[in-house]
Order: sequence, then structure tokens, then C-alpha cells
Amino acid sequence: MAILSKEEARKILEKVLSFSKADGCEVNLNGSDGGNIRYARNSVSTSGEDSNISLAVQSYYGKKAGSATINEFDDASLEKVVRRAEELAKLAPENPEFMEPLGPQTYGPSKTWSEATAKITPDYRAQAAANSIGPASAKDITAAGFLEDNRGFTAMMNSKGLFAYNQSTNVDFTVTMRTNDGTGSGWVTRNFNDVSKLDTAEASKVAIDKALMSRNAKAIEPGKYTVILEPAAAGDLIGLMLFGMNARQADEGRSYLSKKGGGTKLNEKIVDERVNIYTDPQHDDVPASPWMPNGLARKKMDLIRGGVVKNLIYDRYWASQKNVEAVPLPGNRIMEGGSASLEDMIKDTKKGILVTRFWYIRAVDPQTLLYTGLTRDGTFYIENGVIKHPIKNFRFNESPVIMLNNLETLGKQVRVGGGGGPGGGGSSLIPYMKIRDFTFTSLSDAV
Amino acid sequence: MKRRDFVQLTGLGIGGMLLPFPSMGNPTTIEAMLDTPLDIRQKKQLADVALNTAKSSGATYADIRIGRYLNQFISTRENKVQGIENSESFGTGIRVIVNGTWGFAATNDVTNDGVKKATLRAVAIAKANSKFQKEPVKLAPVKAFGEVVWNTPIQQNAFEVPVSEKVDLLLKANAGALQNGATFASSNLFMVNEQKYFASTDGSYIDQNIHRIWPTFNVSTIDKASGKFKARQALSAPMGMGYEYMVPKKEDKLQGPAGMVLYRNSYDIVEDATLAAKQAKEMITAKSVEPGKYDLVLEPNHLGLTIHESVGHPLELDRILGYEANYAGTSFATLDKLKSGTFNYGSKIVNIFADKTQPGSLGAVGYDDEGVQCKRWDLIRDGILVNFQAIRDQAHILGQNESHGCCYAQSWSDVQFQRMPNVSLAPGKEPYSIDQMIKDVEKGIYIAGRGSYSIDQQRYNFQFGGTVFYEIKNGAITGMLNDVAYQSNTQEFWNSCVKICDERDYRLFGSFFDGKGQPSQVSAVSHGSATARFNGVNVINTGRTI
Repeated sequence: MAILSKEEARKILEKVLSFSKADGCEVNLNGSDGGNIRYARNSVSTSGEDSNISLAVQSYYGKKAGSATINEFDDASLEKVVRRAEELAKLAPENPEFMEPLGPQTYGPSKTWSEATAKITPDYRAQAAANSIGPASAKDITAAGFLEDNRGFTAMMNSKGLFAYNQSTNVDFTVTMRTNDGTGSGWVTRNFNDVSKLDTAEASKVAIDKALMSRNAKAIEPGKYTVILEPAAAGDLIGLMLFGMNARQADEGRSYLSKKGGGTKLNEKIVDERVNIYTDPQHDDVPASPWMPNGLARKKMDLIRGGVVKNLIYDRYWASQKNVEAVPLPGNRIMEGGSASLEDMIKDTKKGILVTRFWYIRAVDPQTLLYTGLTRDGTFYIENGVIKHPIKNFRFNESPVIMLNNLETLGKQVRVGGGGGPGGGGSSLIPYMKIRDFTFTSLSDAV
Repeated sequence: MKRRDFVQLTGLGIGGMLLPFPSMGNPTTIEAMLDTPLDIRQKKQLADVALNTAKSSGATYADIRIGRYLNQFISTRENKVQGIENSESFGTGIRVIVNGTWGFAATNDVTNDGVKKATLRAVAIAKANSKFQKEPVKLAPVKAFGEVVWNTPIQQNAFEVPVSEKVDLLLKANAGALQNGATFASSNLFMVNEQKYFASTDGSYIDQNIHRIWPTFNVSTIDKASGKFKARQALSAPMGMGYEYMVPKKEDKLQGPAGMVLYRNSYDIVEDATLAAKQAKEMITAKSVEPGKYDLVLEPNHLGLTIHESVGHPLELDRILGYEANYAGTSFATLDKLKSGTFNYGSKIVNIFADKTQPGSLGAVGYDDEGVQCKRWDLIRDGILVNFQAIRDQAHILGQNESHGCCYAQSWSDVQFQRMPNVSLAPGKEPYSIDQMIKDVEKGIYIAGRGSYSIDQQRYNFQFGGTVFYEIKNGAITGMLNDVAYQSNTQEFWNSCVKICDERDYRLFGSFFDGKGQPSQVSAVSHGSATARFNGVNVINTGRTI
């Protein structure tokens, strides 16, 4: 019973609320069915399925709140969970930042469900893996991959009259192809709500080609280089920058968006004027849940427009302190691109480096948003418009803010990321991008 | 809660990779947490349902884990309690081998019917995958232990300590920081209790009760005029202990250089937060490091993470074989290097061992998650690579006939696989103190606490930061430094280890959320060491302007 329909969920939630005796009550009901297959050494290693459903009740008296949960749905159990939350609320210390639940909200339509994904079977997963392993073995390559799918629903209702329901599906596929001589490695990622868009054989070919192309890489000196970042690489760094757009931290003076002398960089230009990033839960390519887990409606909204910070993320408490509207955490991120293909961008590059992906990215300095990490699974030297040869991996030390100030060209967009789950979305649409003066600080022998 | 949110909440970088923290489970009450939903007899009966169903459906092996995972997380900032979360996750995971292939299924329906259905799903999955199986599973033999019990030897169950007592302690730490010049102070306390029941067709029924605790804080100072902000994190270690870790004991405190206080088996959070405020303030005006080669003096709460990344992970056999190639990566430490018996991982004084029995450590359990009794074994002896970390289905690849006992799953709903045991650097054999070590350094940096960390997918090239940095000139500490990170290569780094303090300085570092696998799973692991010196390491300056 992990997936309940909107009406089934509503019925249970109404019943739960009918037992409430507290000042107020909010109930969340979530369920999901998931499955995965993992392969390595050209053979399936682990594979599994899991199923879970849970009901969580939050009751409050004034600014004292308590939560309890249950996974049984008969009347006695539902009443018991409400009483337990109420007992806990009475015992809780007062939380001055507690916000009463939201009233009814208006949500846009949801596009996060795909029937095809919901119907995935163990046989489908096994075949998807076989379609990736087969072409690898034929080319003396070893495949290690992972396919994970999920269907789920989230629903909530509270004593202020809010009701929200969403169901979503997600499928995520990655594969690393390594040449059997150990000198070449390629990687690819695909993420969709609708599994019918996924072709593991097609994706695997991209990784196989990269593995073959990246054999016997040459070392070049670390330093500042023009780079073409594939969307998976750029998306990782840009995601970290967007994740740091928290208003409270900026107001408190401990964010890259805080200003010397106080205040924030809201409405200030922080990156190149061609950088436009927004969120839109109804976007066809990267749909997200139209509401946040606390019920706040997600709408289309600019984050950065013309290089200028247009919105910071305000939770409900901080918004009330600052007398502004709460701004929900985006469920997806869309960075506008250009029309250039990767091939066009390579053709237009005199001297540069093509980066497939980054690995092990970690914050070095939150003040400047400096991150370190390494290139991985396909790094190539470009000269006079063509890929000359593979190069050894580099460690970088770079800030996405500095990087987006050094923007040269934007190319076509690709969907990356994921981890959708029952909340839906979480994916990004990121263009290929050419950046000048990207800082590589040392060489790595890793393949 | 996602691990990423947790990282932001604590302001900490945590060992391993950026991962969700999935075993938070569902909110519950304290009384409910202290209840026992199933007694051992019921668990055995359910286990037999799974094992019998599996066998009668064609499985050559099956195991079942019935798990109850309790968490309590208290978060505060300044004088406010921000959250008290009690959560519970209860369910069962069943693993089978059919036609030489693994299958796994999990359910929160812990009834005869639920267990039976999940077992049949695991069998169906194994059958579907066996069509493409090229390497049938070979399990190393394991002893049948019958019905056994193991508990973390705690003195005080942290879940039984009143929440108000824990909250008061955290608020006192915040107050200590604020009174000493901090602009903001937040503190958190994590408590984990894993109640795990394991049974297999090899004849073991193992009941274990495991406790872990982690106090931590983030103290920051903001200089409005310059717009600079600096943070200093706690020098605590997550431990496999009860609430006794939170009760400071004099014998567990060590006086470090530059007024530092370092902790062993108990922690004084108020004292550390107070010192943190002073150090965060000092960081605002501290000198920016001159890049170049330095002799590094690395304190155990820092060195533990370097051991974790540059020794613990590369010696995981599943990585070496390619099972982690698509995520965590492979390893420079290949089977050939082990077999040669001559691979110089480090200098002659470097002895590194794995140990799942070390008291107080995060990895200490009686039996691993496939019913193997835990033990200690050497990984690097006198600088030479001598062994890896393996589980039942890998031991034969090393030509060994028993598992090392390091199989773990983060919850009942995840499949178990090879995870890092506690991996520790043995202390120096000759008496040698931190003071003596610093006195012997001409141009160096003393680094304490964890900081930024990053390493490549084969574990060659790494970059580490730290919590606090002090410059050493001609045998003395001359002042605090900023913008420090060191970059090195694993083999070169461990071969530059020239001195290790003696066992008086031996302490545990811990990683509460080490990430690995797909779907990604966290595990907790400790790393012991004494302060050690590494000569001529490349230090970069990480200062930038935006």
C-alpha cells in the first residue's frame, strides 16, 4: 500500500485531524516503492527493492510542538499517534522560532509522475544492466553501473485547512567504463522522471567512447586554463553556489552573499551578466514538486538574472523577522544556455581543457565559496579547435562565483542531478560552458 | 533529514562523501524508544520464517536482519533550542543467494506474512539477475555461533538522560562561546542506538545493541568592518560510547601547544566552546600562510581524517576489485602491490592496523552484519603493505579463508557490504611528547581538528585543511595562521612520516557519516593515532577575493 491515491490520502489525513485536541496539528503522509540494480566487473553485484510508508503528526500548544509517527492505519492507531504527539508537545521546551502551520495554498500542476517508471520490474533493471555490460565486454572494457528507480507520494494536511498531495517517479542511471589495461576511464549520467527516455545502451556508448579516448593520458603543468565544462561538472559547482543562497546566513554576515559593513548582496551583480538562473516546478524537462515539505507553494522564480542576485531563500521564521514573504527552497534549477553544441565550443577553442566531471568537491573557504576537487573520467586537451589528446587529472581550487565571472560561452542545456524521490524534482538543467582562467593546482595520477 | 542539511546545520565538513543521512527514521517519543517492540524469541521465529522460505525457494544461503534504529538529535543556537528529534526506524532486510547470485528485499512489515513476501521478492530478484551473472558468489566459511548477544559496553545510556539535561549542557557551551567574543554559537548532540538481530542459514542468531554519540558545535566570529567571518568547530570526536563521554574527566584532558586542550575518552564541551570563541576571534587577524614546503605536526583529531582517506579507503578490497568503480572509485593499492610483499606504503615507523574490537570506537561490534566475529589485523607493518579489508564473498580473492568481519548496512532497508573497520596508526615505541616534537621542528605548521578534505578516486592526490593552524619556527609556536591547506600524494606523504608521539598522546578521531556504495550508505568509523610529524609537505594558500 506504499502508493496511496489523493483521495485515499485525504481520507486518512482527515481522520487523523479529527482526533486533534491541541491548538493545532499538521500531518504528513509519505510512501514510496524503490528498486535498484548495481553492477561491476561486467556482472550484477547487488540488487534490491524496498517499500515504506509512514505517517507523522506534529501537534502544538503555543510555541511548544511535538511529533510522533506510526505506520498502522486503523482508527485506534491513528488516535494513538495524535495523543502521543500532543503529550510530547506539552513536554517540549518553547521554541521561539516555531511557526504555526500555513493556511490553504494554491499549487500549480504537478508533472513529476510517469506511469512507465512506476511499472519498472526486476527484469527491466536486469535487462538495462545487460544492455550496458554487453557493449562494454565487446570492446575490452569493464562496466560498473547503477540504476535506481523510485515511485512515491507525499501528502499533508493541517488544522488551518491546508491539503497538499503529490506523486512522483524518478530514475537515475550512471555508469563508469574502464579499459582493461587500466589507463582509460569514461562516465555518463542520465536522470529522468520518465524511464521511457532512458536508453542505457546509448548512454553506455558515450562512456565507452570516453574510456577509449582517455587511454594513456599525458601530464601537463597545473595552472590557469580555459575549460569547457560538461553540464555534470558545471552543475556540481553551480549547485553549491545556489545552495548557499540562504537569506539568514547572508543577513548574519556569514555567507559569500554578505556585504562588508553589513547587509546582503541581494539585487547586486555577482557574476557575468549572461548568467540567468531560475526555478520552475512546472518545467517540462526538470519538473519538481509544486510544494515544499512544509506546504509552501513553489513558483517560477528568478535566482540570478543578468548576473544579479534576484532572490535569497527565506524560511518562514526569518521572513517573519524581516517582514518579507517566505521564499521556498527551489525544487529544481534551470540555467539558461546558448545554441552552441559541444562540438561548436571545441571548434572555437584555441587552447583549453574539456572536463567530463568533477569528483570529491569540498568547501575550502565559505567566505569566498572556494572549493577544491578533481577532474575524473575523461579530461582532454584542446588545441586549435580539436581534441589533441587525453590529459592526466587535475586538482582544482576554484570558486563558482569567480568561475561565473570568467564566463566565455554558454552552450546547450542538459538535465543533470536528481535524487528526486517522493518529494519530486531536485534536478537541474545546466548548459555546457566555457570558462577562462580556471585554477588547477596539482596533478593526480588517478585514472 | 538529508546529510547535506545536517552539514549546513553544524557547519562541519564530515568524513566521506556528501550523502543523505537516511537512518533518521520517523519521529517518536522517548518512552516509545525505550520500549522493545519484539522480544528475542519473536525475532528468532521471524528469522526462521525467512530462512525456511528462502531455502524452500531454492536459495543456497540466506540471512535476515531485523533492525530497530533509534536516533536523537538535539540542536541549539545561542540561547535557543532549535530542534529535538527522536526517531525510530524498524524493519527487516533479507538477503539470499540463488543460482550463485545475490538478491535483497526489505520491508517495514515485520510479520510472518511481511517477512515471507520480502524473502520471495529477494529470491525473485536474485533469479532475474542470475541470467546475467558471470561471477557466482563464493562465501568464506563462518562459524555457527548459535544464539549470542553483544552490547556496546556503555556506562550511561544517552537516551535515558533527560533531554533537559542535554539541552542545558549545549546551551551552556553556547553561552561560554558568546561570553568570550563569539558572534554566533550553535551546538548539536547526536545519539544513535542500533538494535540489530541477525540470523543466517549458517546457524547464527546474533542480537546486538550498539550505541554511538557525537557532540559538536560551530562557533563563529564576524568582523563587520572588514566583512570577514571565521568559524571554529568542536575538537570532540564521535565515539562508540554512552553519555559518559559528555562528563569531562581530568585524566582525559591533554594540554596541547598554544593553550590548546585536547580530549581523549571524555569531552568538556563548555571548555572547548569557550576556547573556540577566543580562537575564532584570533583567526580574523591571523597571518595568511606563505605557500611552500613545511614540516607538518598533525594532531590525532586532524590526522584521523587523513588516515581515513589515504589508508582506510584505498585498502577496501571491494574498491580494489572494481565494485566501487562507478562511485567511490578504485584504488592505487592493487593486488599486485600486496602480493609483492615489498610495497613501501610508508616509512619504517608507520604501522597501521584494522580493529573492530577497540573499546570506545565507532566501529566496535561483536559480530559484523553477516555474522562474522570481529577482530584486529595488520594492514601496514613497518611501512610495508600487508593486508586489505575483506568480507565473506571476497576473502577467497586474497587467498584467505576467513572474512575480516567488516560487513555493514546502515539500516534494515539497505543491503550490507564491505565497510571500513577502525583503521589506526600505532603510536611511537619510544617516549616522545608533543612538546618535544615541536621543539625539534625548524619550519613547520601544527594542525589540529578536521577541515576541508578531498582525495582522488584512486587515492593518490589529496588536499586537507584543518580547524586551527599554528606556525612553528625554530622549535616554538609563533602564532596562528590562516588559509592553510596541504596537498600531497599518499605514498609520498606516508613515507615522509619521521616521528610519532608515544601512546600517552594516542586518541581516537571519528567519522560519523562515512559514505560509500550505491544506493549510498553511511557508516561510522574511528581512527586512532598519536601526534605525528611529516617532513617537507607542500602547503598552499587558499585565500581569495570575490
